[in-house]
Amino acid sequence: MKKIRVAIIGSGNIGTDLLIKVQRSEYLTCVLFVGRNLSSPGMAKAINLGVKVSDESIDGIVKNADVIDLVFDATSAKDAKYHWEIIEKLGKTVIDMTPAKLGALCIPAVNLEDIIKERNINMITCGGQASIPMAYAIGKSQKNIEYIEVVSSIASRSAGPATRLNLDEYVDTTEQGIKLFAKVPNAKAILNLNPAEPCIDMQTTIFALVENPDMEKLEIEINKILVKIQSYVPGYSLLVPPMYENGRIVIMVKAQGLGDYLPKYAGNLDIINCAAIAVAENFSKVHNNIN
Amino acid sequence: MTNHILISDPTLRDGSHAIAHQLTAEHVAIYSKAADEAGVPIVEVGHGNGLGASSMQVGLSLNDDKTLLETARNNLSKSKLGIHVIPGFATIKRDLSLALDIGVDVVRVASHCTEADITQRHLGYVREKGKEAYGVLMMSHMATAETLLQEALKMELYGAEGIILMDSAGAYLPSDVDEKISKLVNGLKVPVGFHAHNNLGMAIANSIAAINSGAKILDGTARGFGAGAGNAQLEVLIAVLEKMNYITGINLYKILDAADLAEKHILQIIPSIKSESVISGLSGVFSGFAKHVNRISKEYNVDPRDVYVELGNRRVVGGQEDLIIEVVMDLVTKKK
Repeated sequence: MKKIRVAIIGSGNIGTDLLIKVQRSEYLTCVLFVGRNLSSPGMAKAINLGVKVSDESIDGIVKNADVIDLVFDATSAKDAKYHWEIIEKLGKTVIDMTPAKLGALCIPAVNLEDIIKERNINMITCGGQASIPMAYAIGKSQKNIEYIEVVSSIASRSAGPATRLNLDEYVDTTEQGIKLFAKVPNAKAILNLNPAEPCIDMQTTIFALVENPDMEKLEIEINKILVKIQSYVPGYSLLVPPMYENGRIVIMVKAQGLGDYLPKYAGNLDIINCAAIAVAENFSKVHNNIN
Repeated sequence: MTNHILISDPTLRDGSHAIAHQLTAEHVAIYSKAADEAGVPIVEVGHGNGLGASSMQVGLSLNDDKTLLETARNNLSKSKLGIHVIPGFATIKRDLSLALDIGVDVVRVASHCTEADITQRHLGYVREKGKEAYGVLMMSHMATAETLLQEALKMELYGAEGIILMDSAGAYLPSDVDEKISKLVNGLKVPVGFHAHNNLGMAIANSIAAINSGAKILDGTARGFGAGAGNAQLEVLIAVLEKMNYITGINLYKILDAADLAEKHILQIIPSIKSESVISGLSGVFSGFAKHVNRISKEYNVDPRDVYVELGNRRVVGGQEDLIIEVVMDLVTKKK
């Protein structure tokens, strides 16, 4: 089997954590880790792991295009747009970690097989990776869903400067994902930052307004999707199983991280990275005709 | 004028918590008109958690933001129309731009007291549009005076024209107010304000402590109409400030009339310090949780006081209403 050769652009928390997950994968190998500053902690980590690095941003990708199969873009929504114009011409596949929404939205537990042919795959948002699978299970099991709402609380320390500046994009992109995957006309996403010490694990609550809910059917769908998510996010669990309370369906889930580059409480960052790795590994399996 | 105090009146915003966000357009019209006639400088209107916060998490509004704000706008001539905005709930594109189009004059952008950097874009947007922008640090009992100053300085940098400390849990004693307000007054260029809750019976005393420490902005509501045990009772606050020779521009008789009107037409129950409110205040729990804690505790037959204590232990912040369900479920399991 030939490992898929990946490049990671963006040497922040997300990019560096992805690097560790890539190096552990039996389907992937990181051939280039790209940032803008060789002295950043992420770069130091990559050099330490013996990975080839570049501080030339997108030019680093262009110069090494012949050895790269797939690019993870872990920069910002604004930069990802500019990068895609260049990477598309190089004929490479991009897994976009930003909320730029340039390509197909992906939740591996739901549509991993449908996006195989896509060249730009967007991982939506961290809260979306936690909540959308549950919203999808509600969509699959219930009729007449009026509205779905998802609320995520994350540890303050796990929200970096980009997350804080981009709360509006987070809300907007997560709501779009909910509407698309659960086929519901109205959706709302809320994000809370909690500064408690020790840091809280990422927690997400999904509410749904449904007339005459079928709780048995819902439980079956939830359990099915739970197995799928846990296959790529081991720390994902049901905190409060589906209940019908005060005229609404309530489900609570928790995501604990693997504790690779980021602490375990940063399940919000871990879950989107685990999802992206699942997409890349599937890409590799398809290319090696394993499936 | 050193003895001038700016009063902001969130009766029609914080009071929404007390009636599960079931404010009608008629309520808004009646009270806006009365407050305007009394000379209240800023009338704050909306869902309890502010713009765009109508949700299953916090409570669905009977009326949308547009209806509430347009009604207030039509009934205010001298008073400025204010809103409370929490990033993470309200977005600029979906909510804030609409509110400014309706004619909101004053925007108070709020975050949990250690998370001021999430207010940068919203504050900047309001200033760009030429409206008044304030920064609000909620649940401020949870951070030290030094941390509050650092966060307030960020908001000042982002364009806030004043910083309000909210005692969202009603947890402060006058000595806490003194320490924290003084720190901000000495460290900031912009004026400082205080928003009280009455869980420990300290709302008026704390508001006066804030003034004595140099605050220039105070919040108060008619009959204290607000979340949990309620806020500083506005008509009382005005009387006390008058007695202390402060100028607010508010006519005492007319604000007493406005409070009577509110009691007659809007308040289902006059806020009081219930037994649970005391424990909520001692535990430092967000006042807006009160109605949810009562309902869910009753439903599952657990002592609401235990729920408050556990929420306090978990250092839950405003917006985390979903955790009440989890805590209650935990208590139910432990009881078995």
